[in-house]
Amino acid sequence: MSAVRSSLAAVLLLAAAACRRESRPALRLWALGREGEVVAQLLPDLERRQPGLRVRVQQIPWSAAHEKLLTAFVGGAMPDVLQVGNTWLPELVALGALEPLDDRLARSLAVRAEDYFPGILAATVIDGVTYGVPWYVDTRLLFYRTDLLAAAGFARPPTTWAGWLAAMPRMQAAAGPGTWAILLPLREWEAPVILGMQWGAALLRDGDRYGDFESPAFRAAFAFYLDLFHRGLAPVGDTAVANIYQDFARGTFSVYLTGPWNLGEFARRLPAALAERWSTTPLPAPDGTAPGTSLAGGSSLVVARTSPRKDDAWALVEYLAEPAQQVRFYRLTGDLPARRSAWEAAGLPADARARAFWLQLQHVRPTPKIPEWERIASAIARYGEAAIRGEMDIDGALEALDRDVDRVLEKRRWLLAQPER
Amino acid sequence: MQRLRMNPAWVLLAPALGTIGVFFFLPVVAALALSFTDFDVYTVGDPARLRFVGLANYRHLLAEPRFWTALGNTTYFVLVGGSLSVVVALGAALLVEARTVRLKALFRTVFLLPVVTTLVAVAVVWRFLYQPRFGLLNALLGHIGLPPIDWLGDPRWAMPALILLAVWKNFGFDTLIFAAGLQSIPPQLDEAARLDGAGAWQRLRRVTLPLLAPTLAFVAVITMIGYFQLFAEPYVMTQGGPADRTLSVALLMYEEGFRWWNLGTGSAIAFVLFAIVLGLTLLELRLRRAASAPGRGGMR
Amino acid sequence: MRRAPVVAAHLVLGGLAGLTLLPFVWMVGASFMASGEATTLPLHVLPRAPTLAQYRALLTRLDLGRCFLNSTAIAAAVTLAAVVLDSMAGYALAKLRFAGRDRVFRLLLAALVIPGQVAMLPLFLLLRALGLVDTYAGVIVPGLASVFGIVLVRQYALGIPDAVLDAARVDGAGELRIYRSVGLALCAPVLVTLALFTFMGAWNDFMWPLIVLADRDRYTLPVALASLAGEHVQDVELMTAGAVLTVLPVVVLFLALQRHYVAGVLAGGVKE
Repeated sequence: MSAVRSSLAAVLLLAAAACRRESRPALRLWALGREGEVVAQLLPDLERRQPGLRVRVQQIPWSAAHEKLLTAFVGGAMPDVLQVGNTWLPELVALGALEPLDDRLARSLAVRAEDYFPGILAATVIDGVTYGVPWYVDTRLLFYRTDLLAAAGFARPPTTWAGWLAAMPRMQAAAGPGTWAILLPLREWEAPVILGMQWGAALLRDGDRYGDFESPAFRAAFAFYLDLFHRGLAPVGDTAVANIYQDFARGTFSVYLTGPWNLGEFARRLPAALAERWSTTPLPAPDGTAPGTSLAGGSSLVVARTSPRKDDAWALVEYLAEPAQQVRFYRLTGDLPARRSAWEAAGLPADARARAFWLQLQHVRPTPKIPEWERIASAIARYGEAAIRGEMDIDGALEALDRDVDRVLEKRRWLLAQPER
Repeated sequence: MQRLRMNPAWVLLAPALGTIGVFFFLPVVAALALSFTDFDVYTVGDPARLRFVGLANYRHLLAEPRFWTALGNTTYFVLVGGSLSVVVALGAALLVEARTVRLKALFRTVFLLPVVTTLVAVAVVWRFLYQPRFGLLNALLGHIGLPPIDWLGDPRWAMPALILLAVWKNFGFDTLIFAAGLQSIPPQLDEAARLDGAGAWQRLRRVTLPLLAPTLAFVAVITMIGYFQLFAEPYVMTQGGPADRTLSVALLMYEEGFRWWNLGTGSAIAFVLFAIVLGLTLLELRLRRAASAPGRGGMR
Repeated sequence: MRRAPVVAAHLVLGGLAGLTLLPFVWMVGASFMASGEATTLPLHVLPRAPTLAQYRALLTRLDLGRCFLNSTAIAAAVTLAAVVLDSMAGYALAKLRFAGRDRVFRLLLAALVIPGQVAMLPLFLLLRALGLVDTYAGVIVPGLASVFGIVLVRQYALGIPDAVLDAARVDGAGELRIYRSVGLALCAPVLVTLALFTFMGAWNDFMWPLIVLADRDRYTLPVALASLAGEHVQDVELMTAGAVLTVLPVVVLFLALQRHYVAGVLAGGVKE
């Protein structure tokens, strides 16, 4: 019995010792996806500049990021600084998870509001208060195989969807049998939402209180989206493409609706033979008013309200917002800087592939800034998949989507109807 | 010196009971209470934003098509997967326990191996085995001349893929219990039947299976109860897809509760799951009592 | 002619055993392959040039060794606590008489019916109030005592002859002392089984550590593996190496203590 007792004590001591080693004060940063893998390389300089300041990075995959953030908040386990997708900011603000940054911004020398793309800084302002500093900008446009487009008989990428509808079957034929033209992953909501915005749909109505997915505008956009699959231009199902980079190189698909991180990924992962055979182009428009609208996305750096070291946290944010660091970050990830001076310093406006993003960023719209957006987006993806697979017809899918969205927004309606306290 | 009035039994019981009380029973009661509210993300930010909604969560659940999808998927998994597991396990047990078979212990160990391995690791490995182009399964199909199947991507095959995985992982456990049940049947009965001229199949039907009935009922029901809590396989392999085909009740509860923080709805789903498991357990008790009732020749 | 069914039975069993082992063989083989080899056609199960590169990557770049230690520490702590707490409670329920004993036992049996997921959401909120989210304690605490363990010990303890205990009582020893010196020793075999099951259960536990742990440094192996699976969808060889690392300890334990494992299953299984 005493042996049991002493081993129990030993285990507890070990655990306690391990815990104590944990509580050395290093600043905690959570970064997502590829950014998380890379940002650690930027930190040694900061630690050299400010001895005593140490930063620990935890990388979180995008697929689990949203739930991990919320779980951490509810559990009281938030880090000090976080990278947050801009579409999630309203939700975190509604939770009271983020520290307002207006005062620090006003006093900051490193972070100058004028240097940011208009509308990008605005994405971090909720109800008149700034909660984040944009880290990089994100929007979606088309990556495509230049050689296959040429083989299809097009010297330049089309600027209308009609043009692309003509080009894609020919690109498919040029790539060979058993291929597709464009990759539109079923799990993602960006494509139908972007098309909806291009067709002029509002997505939500009544001050974002109800879903508006049965409107004629959205229905037309959705029908176009489904059509891409039903024509055999886009693969149905995410297992058709095992490895995006290998399959793009092989011509399994020749057009991809994706974002700037793939500038870096394509450069890294495509075989050398493909290096000159791809490019980017802004989104086409339904009519002739190219470029078509795209999503105003990106991530911002935020400071958690529960952080015990907000000054250090802000120092980290300021550091990563410096133009020099933004340029370094771009070179490591391909993520486009949020600051215009960084763009120029990196020579981006002159870069052929980045230029498309420069153009597109002048034509972007944000998603509705409500806490429920992530949930609504996943409902869009879900009903999109059901309609693509023919399990629901388009009107049934949109009606069900509106019904779901209305239910999700029920609490928001109730809160907005409450008298001001 | 005051004599300790308290019965020493409570000293021995208190730590365990206390832990279970605080970290299990208390949360279960709290979950019931939560299921009558609309506790969600807004409430987490500000506790005043909470409403008592009575049975509304349950009503919405029953009206929600996705809940019925999850329930249907889970039932499909339980019925088909459960039956398959039991049949394979029974077959394996009958073969292993046959008089003339050697290496019984070795076979038993091999069959038990998948049971003890970590489910997440198994799910990760099988996700690759199911890969349409590079997976071992489609390679095997190709060897016998069948076309490749998009196991985890085709809505028709996703659940069968999970079922196959579950059968592989769990049949060893049931085999063990069946084998023990078979061992407890006195060999004289089988000998007597053989001497009477009964063939193997007849002996199986008339002698072995009836004596095995209580064990069969027990295994069937505990398998079903376990399978009803399907979570890790769809979480790691398919995330409920494709097209919600592998969405299970437990996965839906995880989504509502830990992805969207709708604790009210999540708790309601959890209690529905509990009610189903409770029903199955009562069924098992009744079956066992009936199977071992006197006058039916039931033996332990 | 009588040989045919025997041969057939062995063939079928052998085939089944082979199918059972095939995923394991592929898993181990792929873990020793160079990156990309497992997805090159024609498919092969054994590596052409076995390499430890994947394991090295796991232990250095991805810090899986740390997760291995986390799993070990947590599983050990839970096992120790569960064995102590459950054996005390099981013995008391079997061998000591007190008012309400049957009611307590029935209450515990009722708990067995409730799926663990029901308690998880409020339990998370409770741990948050205690400040235990994202800590080792948060993972350990809910598993400190288990109803299954108590029932297992009670079942076994019922078979201890009362004569031994009565003799000690006649000698004037208190109940607690009897438990410590006599009862515990007599329960030793079932305690080994209990420890085995508890350790394996804690090692393999996935859903709860997934919810409670936020900091990567504290991840247990299953959670780390699931997280890796999310990011490195394409890296087959790396993932299989991670899987091997995760299952190796429980498989070794199982092989070493098979008898106890089987005894435990049967005790819980065919009880009346």
